[in-house]
Amino acid sequence: MSIIVGYVPTPEGAAALEAAIAEARKNKSLLVIINSSRGDALVDKRYAQVEDIASIEERLKKEGIEHIIQQPVRGNDAATEVLQAAEQHRADLVVIGLRRRTPVGKLIMGSTSQQILLEADCPILAVKAAPAH
Amino acid sequence: MDVLSSLMDGFATALTPMNLLYAVIGVLLGSAVGVLPGLGPAMTIALLLPVTYVLEPTSAFIMFAGIYYGGMYGGSTTSILLNTPGESSSVVTAIEGNKMAKAGRAAQALATAAIGSFVAGTIGTALLAVCAPIVVEFAVSLGSPSYFAIMILALLAVTAVLGSSRLRGFASLGLGLAIGLVGMDSVTGQRRLTFGQPLLADGLDIVVVAVAIFAVGEALWVAAHMRRTPLQVIPVGRPWMGKQDWKRSWKPWLRGTAFGFPFGALPAGGAEIPTFLSYVTEKRLSKHPEEFGKGAIEGVAGPEAANNAAAAGTMTPLLALGLPTNATAAVMLAAFIQFGIQPGPQLFASEGPLVWALIASLFIGNFLLLLINLPLAPMWAKILQLPRPYLYAGILFFATLGAYSVNLQAFDLVLLLVLGALGFMMRRFGLPVLPLILGVILGPRIEGQLRKTLQLSAGDPAGLFSEPIAIGVYIIIAIILIFPFLMKLWRRNHPAPSLLSANATRGSEPTDVTRGNVTHASHRSDGSDGGDGGDAGDGDG
Repeated sequence: MSIIVGYVPTPEGAAALEAAIAEARKNKSLLVIINSSRGDALVDKRYAQVEDIASIEERLKKEGIEHIIQQPVRGNDAATEVLQAAEQHRADLVVIGLRRRTPVGKLIMGSTSQQILLEADCPILAVKAAPAH
Repeated sequence: MDVLSSLMDGFATALTPMNLLYAVIGVLLGSAVGVLPGLGPAMTIALLLPVTYVLEPTSAFIMFAGIYYGGMYGGSTTSILLNTPGESSSVVTAIEGNKMAKAGRAAQALATAAIGSFVAGTIGTALLAVCAPIVVEFAVSLGSPSYFAIMILALLAVTAVLGSSRLRGFASLGLGLAIGLVGMDSVTGQRRLTFGQPLLADGLDIVVVAVAIFAVGEALWVAAHMRRTPLQVIPVGRPWMGKQDWKRSWKPWLRGTAFGFPFGALPAGGAEIPTFLSYVTEKRLSKHPEEFGKGAIEGVAGPEAANNAAAAGTMTPLLALGLPTNATAAVMLAAFIQFGIQPGPQLFASEGPLVWALIASLFIGNFLLLLINLPLAPMWAKILQLPRPYLYAGILFFATLGAYSVNLQAFDLVLLLVLGALGFMMRRFGLPVLPLILGVILGPRIEGQLRKTLQLSAGDPAGLFSEPIAIGVYIIIAIILIFPFLMKLWRRNHPAPSLLSANATRGSEPTDVTRGNVTHASHRSDGSDGGDGGDAGDGDG
C-alpha cells in the first residue's frame, strides 16, 4: 500500500497533504510526498523550503506514519514527477490539490492536475483548499 | 560658474520629454538586469548598442547612464533578499543585508541601500561634475608617452589588482589584446592575424566581441548549469526606515561615499575594494559591533553608498581621459567610438552638450531610481521567478540580431559563435572577462599612442620616458607588479599576524569572492577554489 501526494506550499497543497495524511493513517500505508521544481528559475515559490519540509517530517514522525519525502529538481514538470513516483511506488492512491483556473489560463499554462487525472493508473483523490474565512 | 551653467544646459537637454523617457527606460532596464545574477549593465549596453544607432547619441547615452546606475541599485536588492549578489559590487552588501532580512528587517535594509545609494550617487555625480573639468585641464597637457603609460597602468591594474589569480587575469588580457590586433595595421597597412580572410581586414567589431563574450558566453554557461535547487526569496513589504535607522545610517553613507568615489576614479578602480573597505571601517567604528555578522544596518549603508559613489567615480576617467576602468565603462567607450565621437580630454570641448547632458542625466537617473526602488523593491524580486530558458532565449535573439545588424554580413554570426564559445570557456576555467574586454577596447588605442610616441622619437624607445608623468606612472606600475612579491617575502619573515597583515589578508577577500569578474558574481561565488586567499577567513580583526 502506498499513497502519493503532490505537495506545494499553498493552501491547495496543504489541503492535499492533510487529506493524504488522513488516508495514510486510516490505511496504515506508506506516504510519499513529492515536491518538485523544474529548477530553471532562480526562485520557485512552489519549491518547499527546508524549514517547511522539516516541520512536515517531524509531524509525520510524531504520528508514526511511514513516509518518504522527495524533492526532485530534474527539469520535469510536477505532473511528470508525481506520475513517475506513482509508478515507482505502485501507488494505490494519488492525492492532489485543485485550484480554480480560468479556461484561458489553462489553455496557456496547461493544467498539472488535469494531466495527472488523465494519465495516472490508480484512483485519484482531488481536494480543494479550505475556504478562506 | 562655468561648470554650473554648463550643467544647467545639460539639465535642459536631459529633461526634454523624449530624453526623460529614455532615462526611465534605462533605469528600469538597469534595475532588472541588476537584480538578475549573471546579467549586468555591461552586457545590456552591449546588446543595445546596435539598436541605439538610430537614436541621437545624447539620448542613447542618457539611457546607458540609467542602465549603469540602475544595475547598481538592482544588485543590492538581490543581495539582501536572496543572499546571491546580483553584481560583484554588492557582494559585501549580502553579508549584513541578508542577515537583516532573515531577522525580519528586510524593509530597513532595502531602504538604507536605496537611500544610501541615492545620497552617494548624488554626491558622487556632483564630484564628477566638479572634478572632470579639472582633470581635463590637466589631461590636455599630456602627450602620447604619458597617455601610453596611463593606459598601460589601467590595464595592468585591472588585471593584477582585481581578481584572485594574476595568471588568469594576464591570460585574459592577452586574449583581449590579440583580438584587438586583428585587422589592418593603422600605419603600414599590413594585415595582422587575418589568416587571409578578407572579411577580417577591418578588424573585429567591438559590438560583436562584447555581445559574444557577455551575452552568448553567459547564455552557454547558464545552459550548461541549468538545473539548480531554487532559492528562497525573503518576503518583504514596502521599504522604510525608523528614526534609529536614519541615525545609524547617515554617517556610513557619507563615509562610504568618501571611499567609493576616489577608488572609482582611479585607473585601478572598480567598486569591490571600496565596498569592502567601507564594511571594515563601519565594523570598527560601529557603536554596535556585536550586531555585525547578525545584521547591522551600518554594514549595508556603507558598502551600498560606496559602490554607487564608485560608479560615479568611474565616469571621471571615462569622460575626462577616455579611460574605462570597468566593463560597463569599457562598453560605453566602445559606444562613443561607434557614434563617431572621439573620447579623450577633447571630449568636453568638442561634445560639451552631450557630456553635460550625460552628467545631468546621472542626477536624474539617481532620483528616478530612488522613486521606483523604494515602493517597487518587492516587484523587482519577482523577476527572479522568470524561467531562465525564456530569458536567455530572448537574450540570444537580441545578441544575434545585434551582431548581424552591425555590418549586415553573415560572417559576423560565425564570429559571434566562435567568440561566444571563447566566453563560455573563460567562465568554465575561471578567467575574468574584464581584462579581455578592456584589452579589446583599449588595445588599439594603446597601440596608437605607442606608434605616435615612437614616430615622434624616430623609433627611439627612450621617447617613451620623455615626459615626467610617464616616468612617474611607470614607477607606480613597477610598485603594483612588485608589491605582492614583497608582501609574500615580508609575510614569510614575519609570520605573526599583526593588525596590518590581518587587514591585508581581508582586503583580498572580496576579490576572491568575485574574482574580479564584474558581471558574473553569482557563478563565481559558487566556485570553491579560493585562489591565494585561502587563509583569509581566519583573520579576525
